[in-house]
Amino acid sequence: MLLVVANTIFEPSFLALKMVDGHLYGTPIDIFNQGSRIMLLALGMTLVIATGGVDLSVGSTVAISGAVCAQLLSGGTPLPIVLAAAIGVGMTIGLANGLLIARLGLQPIVATLILMVAGRGVAQLITDGQVLPIKSEAFEYLANGYIAALPFAALLVGALYLAAHFALRKTAAGLFIEAVGDNATASRFAGLAAARIKAGVYIFSGTCAGLCGALAASHIRAADSYRAGENMELDAIFAVVIGGTALTGGRFFLVGSLVGALLLQTLTLSMYYLGVPPSVAPVPKALLIVAVALLQSERVRRNLNRLWQRRAKSQEAAP
Amino acid sequence: MKLPQVLVSRQLPVVVTAVILVLLYVAAGLLYDGFFSPRVLTNLLADNAFLGIAALGMTLVIFTGGIDLSVGAVIGFSAVLVSSLITNHNWPPLAAWSAGIGAGTILGLTMGWLIEHFKLPAFLVTLAGMFFARGLAFQVTTESIGIQHSFYNTLSEIYIPLGEARLTVPALTLIGMALALYGLAHHTRFGRNLLAIGGNAQSATLMGLPVRNATIAVYGLNGFCAAVAGIVASLYTGSGNPSMGIGLELDAIAVVVIGGTLLTGGRGHVAGSVLGLLIFGVIQTAILFDGRLSSWWMRIVVGLLLLAFILLQRLLLSRPSKP
Repeated sequence: MLLVVANTIFEPSFLALKMVDGHLYGTPIDIFNQGSRIMLLALGMTLVIATGGVDLSVGSTVAISGAVCAQLLSGGTPLPIVLAAAIGVGMTIGLANGLLIARLGLQPIVATLILMVAGRGVAQLITDGQVLPIKSEAFEYLANGYIAALPFAALLVGALYLAAHFALRKTAAGLFIEAVGDNATASRFAGLAAARIKAGVYIFSGTCAGLCGALAASHIRAADSYRAGENMELDAIFAVVIGGTALTGGRFFLVGSLVGALLLQTLTLSMYYLGVPPSVAPVPKALLIVAVALLQSERVRRNLNRLWQRRAKSQEAAP
Repeated sequence: MKLPQVLVSRQLPVVVTAVILVLLYVAAGLLYDGFFSPRVLTNLLADNAFLGIAALGMTLVIFTGGIDLSVGAVIGFSAVLVSSLITNHNWPPLAAWSAGIGAGTILGLTMGWLIEHFKLPAFLVTLAGMFFARGLAFQVTTESIGIQHSFYNTLSEIYIPLGEARLTVPALTLIGMALALYGLAHHTRFGRNLLAIGGNAQSATLMGLPVRNATIAVYGLNGFCAAVAGIVASLYTGSGNPSMGIGLELDAIAVVVIGGTLLTGGRGHVAGSVLGLLIFGVIQTAILFDGRLSSWWMRIVVGLLLLAFILLQRLLLSRPSKP
């Protein structure tokens, strides 16, 4: 409960920051559009992290799925099949992760690390180490098209968030996921199919990553197996953590992740506008992660007592 | 992880790694002409020196059950800082090295302190450290800086001849660091403390071990190793580049895991990481020798090896629990 309250205290401040920047530079649409890919990954990642896991393989999945799209499109495959293939690739990778983690009981970091390392190699294998250009107007529409002046990609991701919200919060599914993250053993004794739920969230995360791969390839109109999705897993984790979902699992905030992803994008964009060289951009990102992590840690450890307040003040002074 | 399980077949993963290394080496040697040449072996050491040094430091962090994602970025930062100080600010190389090592160590200690004092997940803090160090590296310069200094030229001419092969300074540094960290990890109280923390931090605390200081120190040590690796990289390439070592942290983790160290902590061996590095190097060299296989096969093979080793560890751990 306290977690929720504290989270709503912190969230508006993030939201406010976003709006200020958004209005200042007049590019909220840009932020939504550019941020849609991270938002999509963060959606899947939120559920994974809610079960106490982490999915490092999403960046590589983006690369593979983009490569598959480009390869199929160059062969003249119709668009629906291409998209289905992209999503299918993601699901397969998610299934592999899920099996390793839920069946064999591997640590999530380790299990997904395997595919993170191997996956990029597979993507390069598919494209033969080249950057494949994409020439398909319908496909390009995915990330560059507009519906009623709103970017299609952002609408698509927004709709997915809504769907996920209703599917999880209006049914028991969300609670199940949180229960598994809180205590997997206890939830199994309580009659939940903990292993199946765990596998399910990885499949979901893989699916999001597969779709994201299609979006990313569509955005740059090419499949770049070296660069596509690079560090995206870290950005997605970052967005989720900023959004108030703790890495230890047991709770998740879909809206938080959405805001986190937008904040991340806003940060990047506003730094471009402020003339900060993009290469230095990671530094504020790093400070933000530490600050948010510290806030979360205190909430967990001190449970909003006197000490907490004193520390929070010194924190505001520190960064 | 239960103690009896840890004691049973303690060094088995390392032995398995060694066997696989020998098999790979012999297979590659039989397949490709000239693979058995000692020069191949010494080049392999020099080519992978900075990855190796980073993996050695990572081994100790993983002993405690932690992880450090910042090493690749710290390598880039230290390499670019050192080359910038030498080339653009005319510092003597040794002073520049101390600055680089100092910066790496301080960053490591800071991360260790955040992790220990605030009980933050190591994953998150070192992720922030990675962004931070990479940003700083690009702050120093966005371009590659070449080093033209008589000291560097002298160093690049120093080597120990082994027949037709030669052990260069990067390779020697790797060997030296490996010996030093082997001693530190397996023959000092500090090393045993690290393994104890990884086994069970709570019992380690109850036993009166200096858990806090050891945890902070191990991240500091890893920062030190990464900074040294960056300097070795600057020696090896004769330049400093802020994008050096991108993604290297994952290779380093892969090397450690292939070397039989458990990512959950509490069990592992520095020698295993050296073997893991050699496996990594042999695969890389074999792919180069082949010429037909593209570089991405490297990643796929390493991924498969990772999978195989993790499944093996799983087997080793779960067997004693079934009577």
